[in-house]
Amino acid sequence: MGNWKTPETLKYAKSDEWLLLEGETATLGVSDYAQDQLNDIVFVELPSVGDQISAGDAFGNVESVKAASDLISPVSGTVTEVNSALEGTPELLNSDPYGKGWIVKIAVSDASGAAGLMDAAAYSAFCETR
Amino acid sequence: MNNTPESLIYEISVPGRVGVNLPDCDVPKARLPAELTRDELDLPEVSELQVVRHFVNLSQKNMAIDRNFYPLGSCTMKYNPKLNEDMARLTGFAQLHPLTDEAGAQGALALMHTLQEWLAEIAGFTGCSMAPAAGAQGELAGILMIRAFHRDRGDEKRTKILVPNSAHGTNPATVTMAGLTAVELPSDNRGNVDLEALRAACDDTIAGMMITVPSTLGLFDSNIVEIIQLVHECGGLMYMDGANMNSLLGIVKPGELGFDVMHYNLHKTFSTPHGGGGPGCGAVGANDRLKDYLPGPISAIVEPAGEKNPAPLYGLVTPVRSIGRLKAFQGNFGMHVRAYAYIAAYGGEGLRDVSKYAVLNANYVRASLNDVYTVPYDRYCAHEFVMEGHWKDAPGIHALDIAKRLMDYNFHPPTNYFPLIVPEALLIEPTETEDKATLDAFIEVMRKIAAEAKSQPDLLHDAPHDAPVGRVDEVRAAKQLMLCCRPEPDWRRSKADAPATT
Amino acid sequence: MSYIPHTDAEREQMLAAIGAKTIEELFDAVPEQYRFPAMNLPKALSEMDIVAEMQALSEANDHAGDFAIFRGAGAYHHFVPSVVNHMLLRGEFYTAYTPYQPEVSQGTLQAIYEYQSMLCQLTGMDAANASHYDGATSLAEAVTVAQEVARHKRRKIVLSAGIHPQYREVVRTYHQWANLDIVGDEAVRSAADLGALIDDQTSMVAVAYPNYFGQVEDIVALAATAHEKGALLVVVANPMALALLKSPGELGADIVVGEGQPLGIPLSYGGPYVGFFACREEYVRRIAGRIVGETIDKEGRRAFVMTLRPREQDIRREKATSNICTNQGLMALAATVYLSLMGKTGLRHAAELCYHKAHYLADQLDDLIGYRVDRSLPFFNEIVVKCPRSVDHLNAALSKRGIIGGIDLGKDYPHLQDHMLLCVTELNRKREIDTLVEVLKEVRYE
Repeated sequence: MGNWKTPETLKYAKSDEWLLLEGETATLGVSDYAQDQLNDIVFVELPSVGDQISAGDAFGNVESVKAASDLISPVSGTVTEVNSALEGTPELLNSDPYGKGWIVKIAVSDASGAAGLMDAAAYSAFCETR
Repeated sequence: MNNTPESLIYEISVPGRVGVNLPDCDVPKARLPAELTRDELDLPEVSELQVVRHFVNLSQKNMAIDRNFYPLGSCTMKYNPKLNEDMARLTGFAQLHPLTDEAGAQGALALMHTLQEWLAEIAGFTGCSMAPAAGAQGELAGILMIRAFHRDRGDEKRTKILVPNSAHGTNPATVTMAGLTAVELPSDNRGNVDLEALRAACDDTIAGMMITVPSTLGLFDSNIVEIIQLVHECGGLMYMDGANMNSLLGIVKPGELGFDVMHYNLHKTFSTPHGGGGPGCGAVGANDRLKDYLPGPISAIVEPAGEKNPAPLYGLVTPVRSIGRLKAFQGNFGMHVRAYAYIAAYGGEGLRDVSKYAVLNANYVRASLNDVYTVPYDRYCAHEFVMEGHWKDAPGIHALDIAKRLMDYNFHPPTNYFPLIVPEALLIEPTETEDKATLDAFIEVMRKIAAEAKSQPDLLHDAPHDAPVGRVDEVRAAKQLMLCCRPEPDWRRSKADAPATT
Repeated sequence: MSYIPHTDAEREQMLAAIGAKTIEELFDAVPEQYRFPAMNLPKALSEMDIVAEMQALSEANDHAGDFAIFRGAGAYHHFVPSVVNHMLLRGEFYTAYTPYQPEVSQGTLQAIYEYQSMLCQLTGMDAANASHYDGATSLAEAVTVAQEVARHKRRKIVLSAGIHPQYREVVRTYHQWANLDIVGDEAVRSAADLGALIDDQTSMVAVAYPNYFGQVEDIVALAATAHEKGALLVVVANPMALALLKSPGELGADIVVGEGQPLGIPLSYGGPYVGFFACREEYVRRIAGRIVGETIDKEGRRAFVMTLRPREQDIRREKATSNICTNQGLMALAATVYLSLMGKTGLRHAAELCYHKAHYLADQLDDLIGYRVDRSLPFFNEIVVKCPRSVDHLNAALSKRGIIGGIDLGKDYPHLQDHMLLCVTELNRKREIDTLVEVLKEVRYE
């Protein structure tokens, strides 16, 4: 049924965030499936650079007209960069969820949570079941 | 409806125009210190007729009970008797200062006291507070009462409140506001609480359960006695969300079923007007276990009638273990007056008829539509029922399209997309004050729309066709926020260094 | 009497369509032993009987129809132009519900939008919501917003004792389980002393403007202190005073809340009133309650709609910060009609009348040996008067002369025994004020 993109290079959480781990740096966003479910995204609440994030905790949220979804990080660390373009153009999350729609970069202090993430194939299958 | 665009009141303002005349100052004027007073105040400058025409024109852009059948499920949009408006405007009520000495407010206090007693009797409780301003505030009161009860017993480990997945959003939000955790319970295939899941969830961390009776699906849960028993056995208390009380008057008393506390929605069950979204009153009833925790103030007899005073003397008291005050003063007193007039009009047996006919009307509409719409729990319903607004052979048609198409036929849509557990839900609550002819007209239109959905789906997609505006761009509203029509005031524009915020 | 329209014949036809023999049968799912309980309530009354009974109850009150009122303390007896009530009685307004369906609720939506616009003007804020239950609950919701803004990392709330005592009670009720440190109101403090309590653990400081004693405190320095420490300044304002005084926005407030009752809403023994809530733009996504925004419909026509909905309980459920689901719609409409009619000059005129008359009363009392008016700060339309007798005693004497005097401040502020809080509005004629002074003079040493 679903025709959602799931790049092979990324890992995915059950709560629909994607994670790209490059050394000590993690980049997070939301999946194509998530943006499709939310529909027109009108607002993204971003953390501030320097914020401490704990794995499993909400660090921001994404809002459409009819729904709001918390952003949950699978890893712990410090925010080093946020995609401030999303403040003015939240629709980037809809148009390019894996590119210009990235949300936050984190200097990872504890990556153990990444171990529980799905790969692209598993996540695709997971989305199909919902 | 009035489809002519109506300017904003600011757009018809003309500098120098005055809409009201006040008397000249009859005392010597005092100095107005310039350092304290403002220079600008950008309010409209319009005549009295402009104001009247503006708001009358606006009013004609609304659907309302006085104009339309308004079967908005879970909201009980019944007729609001005109008499009640007059009663609330009696000088002795409308012009009574809230801090009047109790001796000078005996009429108001007697009314509140009588209404407390009536509401307690109707729902089988021994205490009642009229303080909460709305159902949501009543919920907060009830959950705070439950939490305080456990605290006073030294039982602090009870931090969870069970909430069925069919609940109004206010229920879980209330639990969070009270600092507790909402635990969602599934429903079974008959729309009842899943008893197995409930049994599994009941332990000594449960502070209580919030449940709407009849449920938000418009169903009496036939296991209600067992549900209450299970929660009580694990030490939890039972909160009843009284949103659907319109089907229980004289039918069953929640207090007798074993509920410990509930809220009433005077603006639903007892016909105080919805006012375009309030004011309401969310009075709370409680049994002996919890009545000392009720929010204050409540009206009480402080001196019984005797030789000295022919009538009892009423006063405002705060229950001994009260969770506290929820708003300033005594609650939405104007709503108390209206509800009093309503109950006085019906009397006990009349109220029983209210629920009987509310349930009759809902079942009549259900039985007249269940062959063309899917009614997921197709059994005798209470005062409302839920059906699904979609068909396999009408792809692309959603409940929302049906709702919008109803507007073309001059009916207010039912509640849609609630309860969340029914796909494409349409929750229909006719109320007892609608006559058979109105219901028949509605049924005919609903059947017609079902046919249109398959033959002319665009009629639904493009609806409404004849409303003041068509479907609105909600994405634009949320992205390009325009929440007020005025430019920045001069002081802001002129001050490059507006007060900083961090 | 009854508002149920069914005839016996219709009932039978409907039952036949349902396939039931009696209405009672429809209640089969209700446990039998509890079904159809006795209802110990009075018998139904006719409309005539109800009117008679309720008129008697109404007249058993000392109301403003019979008494001159010099009592305020959070509820004010102001002039309400006739038009306001006529508009409230439009059934299209008062028998509608929350504007969930914007296409058939444009009247309510546009009126709320105009309300928000006017409240922004009065308060000097960027945005206002569609209202809360009353001034007290608006303040309680402001605490929630401040906690959200501080991301729950700050636990201290500083409240001025000059805020209505009942508002402070409501804040404590709402937040009793939030583990907050609510301080500052143990004693009456100056704005400067209040500012000294703000630290880097403080999420907000709240002050009333004018305060409960009618006085206008200097909040500019307090705003600076708050912002220096990263806390919000919340101002609890009297909207009638805002027609005259500098807006809280201009003075540095971040959130302005208050009781909208002075704007065309009758005293009604304490409710329904309307709590206004306005804030700077950066906090708008944090605030609870309904908000109306302007947009367009599919044909490009201007339209209004409830916006920022995902913050609300019906969508966020247990993650919402408040369970509020309505506003005080009809009362917000009353304020909108009132503000439209009074307009730029009328509202200012009414506020000035309040100011001048209160000052006239203060001047008269200054000349009365035994009474002392607190003139330590400028005041709007309420004054604190030290009295030579107990306030109860004075009020009993005033009552006999058809006057409802001020409240006894000693009940909420122990250091203010024998202090009366008197209020004057545009409705108090000079002769009423003179009579008040005369009675106070007569009874001072009785």
